[in-house]
This record gives sequence, C-alpha cells and structure tokens, in this order.
Amino acid sequence: MTILIRGGHVMTPDGWEVLDVVVDGDVVAAVGQNLEAPQAEVVDAAGCWVGPGFVDLHVHLREPGHEWKEDIASGTAAAAAGGYTLVVAMPNTDPPIDSGHLARFVAERARLVGRCDVQPAGCITLGRAGEFLAHLDELWDAGVRIFTDDGDGVADAGLLRHAMEYLAERGGVVAQHPEDPGLARGGHMHEGSVSARLGMAGLPALAEELMVARDLALVRETGVRYHVQHVSTKGTVELVAQAKADGLAVTAEVTPHHLTFDHTRVETMDPDYKMYPPLRTAEDVAALREAVRDGTIDAIATDHAPHAAHEREVPFEEAPRGVIGLETAFAAALAALGADRDLLFQRMSVAPARISGADRHGRPVEPGIPANLVVVDPAARWTPQTFVSRAENSPWRGVELTGRAVATIQEGRLTHRDVVVG
Amino acid sequence: MKNLLTTEDLGRETLERLLDLSDEFVEVLDREIPKVPPLRGLTVATLFFEPSTRTRISFERAAKALSADVMSFSPGTSSLKKGESLKDTALTLRAMGADIMVVRHRAVGAPWRVAEWVDVPVVNGGDGAHQHPTQALLDALTIRRHFGKLDGLEIGIVGDIRHSRVARSDVYAFSTLGAKVTLIAPRTLLPRDLDGWPCTATGDLDDVIERLDVIYLLRVQTERGGATAFPSWPEYVSRFGLSRERFARLADGAVVMHPGPMNRGVEIAPEVADSDRALVLDQVRLGVAARMAVLFTLATGRGLTREVTA
Amino acid sequence: MRQVMDGDDVQRAISRIAHEILERHHGADGVVLVGIHTRGVPLARAIADAIERFEHVRVPVGELDIGLYRDDLRRRPTPALARTLIPVDLTEERVILVDDVLYTGRTVRAALDAVSDLGRPQAIELAVLVDRGHRQLPIRPDYVGKNLPTSTAERVTVRLHEVDGDCGVWIDDEETR
Repeated sequence: MTILIRGGHVMTPDGWEVLDVVVDGDVVAAVGQNLEAPQAEVVDAAGCWVGPGFVDLHVHLREPGHEWKEDIASGTAAAAAGGYTLVVAMPNTDPPIDSGHLARFVAERARLVGRCDVQPAGCITLGRAGEFLAHLDELWDAGVRIFTDDGDGVADAGLLRHAMEYLAERGGVVAQHPEDPGLARGGHMHEGSVSARLGMAGLPALAEELMVARDLALVRETGVRYHVQHVSTKGTVELVAQAKADGLAVTAEVTPHHLTFDHTRVETMDPDYKMYPPLRTAEDVAALREAVRDGTIDAIATDHAPHAAHEREVPFEEAPRGVIGLETAFAAALAALGADRDLLFQRMSVAPARISGADRHGRPVEPGIPANLVVVDPAARWTPQTFVSRAENSPWRGVELTGRAVATIQEGRLTHRDVVVG
Repeated sequence: MKNLLTTEDLGRETLERLLDLSDEFVEVLDREIPKVPPLRGLTVATLFFEPSTRTRISFERAAKALSADVMSFSPGTSSLKKGESLKDTALTLRAMGADIMVVRHRAVGAPWRVAEWVDVPVVNGGDGAHQHPTQALLDALTIRRHFGKLDGLEIGIVGDIRHSRVARSDVYAFSTLGAKVTLIAPRTLLPRDLDGWPCTATGDLDDVIERLDVIYLLRVQTERGGATAFPSWPEYVSRFGLSRERFARLADGAVVMHPGPMNRGVEIAPEVADSDRALVLDQVRLGVAARMAVLFTLATGRGLTREVTA
Repeated sequence: MRQVMDGDDVQRAISRIAHEILERHHGADGVVLVGIHTRGVPLARAIADAIERFEHVRVPVGELDIGLYRDDLRRRPTPALARTLIPVDLTEERVILVDDVLYTGRTVRAALDAVSDLGRPQAIELAVLVDRGHRQLPIRPDYVGKNLPTSTAERVTVRLHEVDGDCGVWIDDEETR
C-alpha cells in the first residue's frame, strides 16, 4: 500500500522540518514538500511529529503460557496503539524462552498475528532457575540479541560471569533485572518513610544498587555489553554514570512510571502502583529525569506487565507486580521530560533500536529507510479508560493525558490509526 | 465518618467524641440489662482472615449489646488460595445483608480494598502491621478513665514496634490527645524510618522507665518476622522485659498496659501481670464499649454532631 | 417570635405541677422524677425543689438520655449522647418522666423503652411544661404546665436558666424565622 503523511514536523537526518512523507511498500519512498501520491492512504499530520517508530526494550507479551493476561496479538496491538514498531519480548513466559525453538515460536507467532515487530529476548539461565546457562547459542541463532532472566536477577556471580564471557564473544547484551534476593525478600514497596508508616515490608534501594555494583565489576572484567533494566534509584544512576565515564559498554533504561510517580502513591493501597522496582522517593524521580536528559539513561522502556483484573482485586501485598505502559508511554514521557522532541525520539526510538541491534528501526526519516514510523500529536488530550491491551492495570487509568500516537506504520503497514477529534 | 480504617487522620475532636460516646456505653454495659436498641435490625459482619478470638468476640459482643445481629466469617488458613476470596467474600456477605463490616487481614491495606468494593461502613480490625484503630481507642479510653486525660502524660511503648499495628495506631491516637510518646525497642524492632512520627525512640528502657505514667508492653510478633531480630529470648527479656525489679522502679501512679495476649515471663513478669496496676482486664472490658461507640457512630452516620434542638 | 410564658409563668407552672403530683400520690413516697435530656433535667430538679419546699422531702431526680432509643437514628442527625444517671433502683417505684415540650410523643416513647431497660417501675407518669398537640402515638401527659395549640409550621422554644441563661416559652412560625 501507499501512505502519504502530510504536513507533519519530520525528523530528518538534518533536523526537523515540516514535510510530507510517502511510504510505498515497506520503505519510505519520498520525503519533501507538497508531495503527491495518487491512491495513497492519507494521514493528516498537521501539528504532529513524524519520526522513527518507538522501540521498547522491555515488554511482557505473556505468550506462551500466561495468555489470560495478554498474548502476542493483543500485546503488539497495544504497542502499535502506543506508537511502537518494535518491542523486545521478555522471556519469563511459561515455558521460559531458554532454547532456540521457543524463541523461534515467539518470532513466528509475531510474524503471523503481531501488529509490530517482536525481537524475542532469551534467558541467561536454564528455566530462569539461576543454576545453569540457557542454550545461548541456539537462542543467538534464533535471533536473540538481548539476554535476561527478567523477573529475577542472576544472583550467582560465578554463573553470571560465565554468561558474560560467553556472550561477550558474540556481542550479545546481558540485561540484568537487579534485585538482590536477600535484601528484597518479602518486600512490597520502597523501603523508606512510607513503608515504615504503613508497616509494609520494604524493598531497599540497596537491593538494586548492590547487584548493579557487583555486575559492573564483572563487566569490567569480561568486557560484555551490559544493560541495566528499569533503573529506579539515584544510586544506580550514579553507578551507571561512573561506569560510562570509565568507558564500559553499559546502557540503561527507565520506565515511564518511575519518571512520574513516587512511593507516596502506595498510601492509596491500589495495586496499580505496585511494581518492581517499586516507586521510590521524589528525589529518585528527579535524579532519573535528569539522567534521561543527560544520557546516563539511554532508553525509556515500559516494562509493560499485564495482569488480569481478578489478579488485582486483592490486598496490595498479595497483588502481582507490574503495570501496563505501552499505550501511555509517550504521554507520560512528554509530561515528565517536556516537549523536547529530539530527546523523546532519542530515548524512545533511536537509542533502544541501537541497543537491540535492530537496524530497521530507530532511523531518522529519509528516502530508502524501512517504513517503521510513528506520527504523534503532542497536544492531543485524552483519558484512557479502556485499553487495547487485554489488561487494565495502569496507574494512568482515568487520568487526563496529553500526547498520543495518531498513526503507526510498521514495515509499510498502517498498524494503528487514531482519529484525532479537532 | 464513613469508615474507621486508621487513627492517623482522626482529629482530636473526633477522638474525644468517640471516647465520650464510649463512656456512655460503659454505663450501658454496667446495667442489669446491658443492651440498648439503636442497631436493631442491622447486621454487623466480621471478616477475620487472621486468627483472632478475643477481638472478634469483642466486636460481636459490642454489636449484640447494640441489638445488632452478627455474621462471622473466618476462613481456615490452609484451604484458601492467597487473596482470591477477599473481594468475593466481601461481596457475598454484603449480599447476605451485612450493614457494617469489620475486616482483619494479614495484608496491609485489605480493609481499604474492601471499602472500595462495598457500599457499607468498614472497620479495620487489624491489617498486617499497619493499623488497629479500635485497639487504640480502647487504650486511650482506658488511660483517660484512669488519669482523667492524656494531656502531658508520658507513655512508653515497649517491644516489637516494627511489626506492630497496635503501636502504629497508638502513637497517633495518644499524641493527638496530648500525650508524649516514647518508643522503646532494640534497633532491629524499631521502624527503619521514624521521620515525621509524633514520638521519640530509645533502646534503653532503664533510662526512661522512672518517668513513665503508662508503660505499654507489646508482644514480640514471631509470626511477623520478629523472631530473628534479637539474639535470644533471655537477652530480650533482660533488656526490655518488665521484670519485678523494673516494676518496682515505676513511678507511684504509673500503670501497666498490654493489648494481649500476654507472654507471661517474657515481656511481663507474671506477678506484674496480676498486680492491680496492670490495666489489662480493664482494657478488655472497655474494648467492648469502645467498639460499641465505633459501631454506633458508623451505623447512624453521625453521633458525633453537636446538639440539635429537638 | 412571640412569648407565651415568661419566667414567672414557668415558675408558677412548676409549682402547680409539684402540687398536683403530691395530691395524686398522697405525698412524695416512692416517687422518682426522671428528666429527659436536655431541658427535662433542670425542670425535674425544679419540680423536686418545689416538692421539697412544700413537703420537706427530697425526691430522687434522675437524668435520662434517649439517644440510644430514638426511632429516627438513621434519618436525622443524632446529638451526641449525654449522661444517663438514675440514682435509685427504679423497680417498684413510681417514675414521673419530665420533659419541656410534648409534641409527637416519640421522645416519650423512647424514654419509656429506656426506663423499661433500667428496671420495672410500678407506674410511669409524664409531666411536661408545654403540650403543643399533634401526637403521632397514643401518649398523654399526666401533668401539664400549659396547653399550647400550635400548627406544625410553628416552632416552640423553651429556655431555662440552667441551660440557656434566661427563662420562658416562645412561639415562632416558618416565615418569621
């Protein structure tokens, strides 16, 4: 099909300009003024930003095994609605993605029913049990480039070092969910003034920082590419900044909710504020925002974690961890960081594409690039009540938001189209 | 007042009115027929997901003394999958006619969630280590009836503060009523962050015991993680137990309180528990009156308003 | 607002009620006055004072709060509860309930329930300063200070020294308020 994106502010290799973009087949055919494209589907992009589709390094699609929460079809549809053209699917499914054929299943299923590209991530350890290495070579051959036991961190430093040495040879990324099991044990929210008053067992910042500090020492030795998932504390930011200054191949991501909310939200006892890492202090939120601005944190990744409604109709302590985020990410990032479109596209598209090695995504718009694009309206006002995702566990449900994806194009397909009411 | 979930946001006036109301109900309970009709036709449901006989019976007694009917739900601990039935249980009891629900649960915040799902008043009967507001009320009532007021009193709360909902409720209630509260515990049993708490804290009981008007003893909650917080029972007892020797050093008018059940010989020496300066049984007796005041207030939606010309 | 009784009128009514009680009961033996909060209480004391002046006998006076016995608890704002303090065992005594205004009779019904829970008197009578009519229950006073026919749109206000500072009875209607 042919698509004409008309009159938007386009992110070109030389900067932003109001231009038309024509997509033909699966490539960008033309970028210029007053373009004509007979029989094209027209997307009116006046007042909108047109750039590379968003890339999410951290999404739980829940398939195989947990389809009552979400599946590849609904999860990728939610991604498209949020402006994403590529997501990296976390491997903590059932069974977990620790062998080649399982990674192939996810990729194939996404090709069949997905509304965005899916790059499966693979486990570091077999079964995510933390004892033996997963089938790293098989996974690599199946297209896996990011390895993580997400949902848990790899606690055994000896095993982690082996994984790092192995993957350093290939150039794979070891992504760590930093959660020291001893320090985190039994905790439900940030350990601090609010948890003390609520009498709730806490998750200290140290549970994250200790593991990151340890891992960085291993990175220093092995030279592997290392990625810190869902950074939540000022201390972690400082560790990452130091590691980068020392020249280590370290990258980091942060979620939109950690850029927005702090631990006082837990006083509502609403499980829509329960996730790992937990919401931390206002000081941490400020440090995270600053880190996104100065590049210490490379990418915004949602950690989209769907859970079914009945799983959340329980006391806070018993609720599963995690919230969805694909559809609200852009609005949340806009609110937290301001309307800096260079920054936003860098963190939500360019950098995550580079980290995942996806060269068909995250590229400034010019003729010849693969047609993976998003059109966002930074001024669109909307209130999410229902979601494209099968799940609804969102701290933004019912909240008035500004900023929304108006159209998403993946490999030349219009995967999302939103009618903007004038 | 729609629900009673926590003492943190109860202002002084509300607290005092609840205590005044409780005094009236103490009088009712002293009558030959200790029963009055205001809650006739209403049903009070107790949802106790954590085992407790004394608190549940106290609430039931209070409900019946107000002529209400009682429904009690106490699941066995093993057969229920974690959390699956809280919402269903609450809705089922509501559908069966519960007009007020008293909820006790080992998870912090459970009564708040129940209050989201039902349209009737909810009383927090104890949620995890967070709050137990009716205990604080009866404790304040006991102190007020003994001393006349709480203003200026020195109250020491000794024991496993970190895991204690009684302590958290008491700290707010006592200090709102004008008392000076000190928490006395080893560091491992104090909350990690006391920033903003209306009290002081110390690890040295002997340093403060002689200036206390009320020494309030807590039990160490082994079921909530307290058991690994100190090296051994004898060591705990030697530093924080109210032994005969320490009891002798208490100021002349000072009293001893405990929310029960007591570990005799641990936090309290047996002869101290039985002395007439221990108000433990008063607490139990006054607990019914305090709970009557709470149920009455929630059921009538008022009871705390000023005089209206008839 | 117009005044229908002044302080002296109230005092005379109290004296007359005291005399009627003594007449009917052939003295003050076995009589217990129970004032219904709020203004029934000082009225009961005033009647007891008058009886003491005439007979040199102090009749026991109790205070009764009917807040727990009202039938409209969930519909109208409930005042905070006041004391119920009955200094003697009511069983076999002759209780005279005392209130300032008798209107629908619901307050008295609640008081009857309350008294029954406190004991088993031989008899219960009712003394009121003002009877303004419009009974909704089959209740009648035994001793009345003043009969005051009113319309339901009107409001009767009783003020007593101990509670309000001055003393008297006033009527006003909806428009003048």
